[in-house]
Amino acid sequence: MASLKDLQNRIKSVKNTQKITKAMQMVAAAKLRKAQDAAEKSRPYSERIGNVISNLAASMTGAGDAPELLVGNGKSDTVLLVIATADRGLCGGFNTNIVRKAREEIVALEQAGKTVKLFLIGKKGYDQLNRLYDDRVVEYISLKEERKLHAGIAQRIGEQITGMFERGEFDICKLVFAEFQNVMTQNAVAKTLIPAIADLTEDAAPEAETAGPDLDGAIYTYEPDEAGILRVLLPRNINTQIFTALLENSAGEMGSKMTAMDNATRNAGDMIDKLTLTFNRTRQAQITSELIEIISGAEAL
Amino acid sequence: MADKLHFSLVSPEAELFAGDVDQVDVPGSEGDLGIYPNHSPLMAAIRTGAITVYNDGVETKYFVQGGFADVTPAGLTVLAEKASLLSDVDGEAVKADIDAATKALADMEGEAALAMQQNLDGLKALLA
Repeated sequence: MASLKDLQNRIKSVKNTQKITKAMQMVAAAKLRKAQDAAEKSRPYSERIGNVISNLAASMTGAGDAPELLVGNGKSDTVLLVIATADRGLCGGFNTNIVRKAREEIVALEQAGKTVKLFLIGKKGYDQLNRLYDDRVVEYISLKEERKLHAGIAQRIGEQITGMFERGEFDICKLVFAEFQNVMTQNAVAKTLIPAIADLTEDAAPEAETAGPDLDGAIYTYEPDEAGILRVLLPRNINTQIFTALLENSAGEMGSKMTAMDNATRNAGDMIDKLTLTFNRTRQAQITSELIEIISGAEAL
Repeated sequence: MADKLHFSLVSPEAELFAGDVDQVDVPGSEGDLGIYPNHSPLMAAIRTGAITVYNDGVETKYFVQGGFADVTPAGLTVLAEKASLLSDVDGEAVKADIDAATKALADMEGEAALAMQQNLDGLKALLA
């Protein structure tokens, strides 16, 4: 049986751990608010850019010179999976969920005979996926150095991806990240980035008829022409989608971390209660046995 | 009653402005555009420069870099890659951007160079 001193040390160490998890939970809560705020602020932009593209896409489909970023290059042999995870752990199953989704995608694609290339954002996803698929990883970016997520990061990543597409390094690009629903739930999802039109037909098809703005029969003027606008707009759309994904991820990471740390704090509390009980029992047992010794010693006299 | 134009300026990081105004001057890639209420639907690429918003005789200037102006009967939406109030623009940061743009321009050609030149000119005009 553990001595009193041992028990005291255990209790102290658990208390320290509890302090740490509690602090982490509070930090995560503060960061979550900021991340949610940022995600909300970026929403108008990404929504509008989506609308604009679906408008343009509707008028461009059928035209022979539609850009490849919009309609694809006609092949689907090589698939680039962009997998965004967090850079830090201690946030419950957050990273594992994204990685699991990514692995499902990889397995499904490889069974269909496609070549898979991986573009990893975030250290945790890299740690897990590099072990399994190190020959498929073409790029790895860590955002650990960035203090704040800003559009420039997404732009850099987006430009890299568009560049790879133009060099013909892949045919289809999918983005895997965790969609932030609320603090408790984040859903890992896979979204098609290139060709852009695949995503539009998947998601926006039912609402496409109503999505177009009511022009009262007027005709859109384009300056420069439609193709020129699309050429600039499509890469920008990719940047925006990546940016949105990163923001959702960071909100999700913080939400997940908050829940995980809340659980850890509670567990530490339970453990302290249990240890204190054992400590008191042991102490009382010791006192009792000392008393018995004294009394029986006195009786013997 | 005088019609108002619903104008919103959004960048990926925030919605900077949303409200009803009298007129907005937008630097289009092909030339400056003055947008009044009831403008016909238009979609224009914008170049680096200043957006001027006129409302009740008050002028507000925003700095924008890259993006689109989208005019629908509902109003004008400017989707800017980067946007901020002109008075918030930091001269040092602009200088750094000019240096980067000059460097990038050196190994570009064709249309990309043209776009970069426009960007550079806009930045330089900002400092002047």
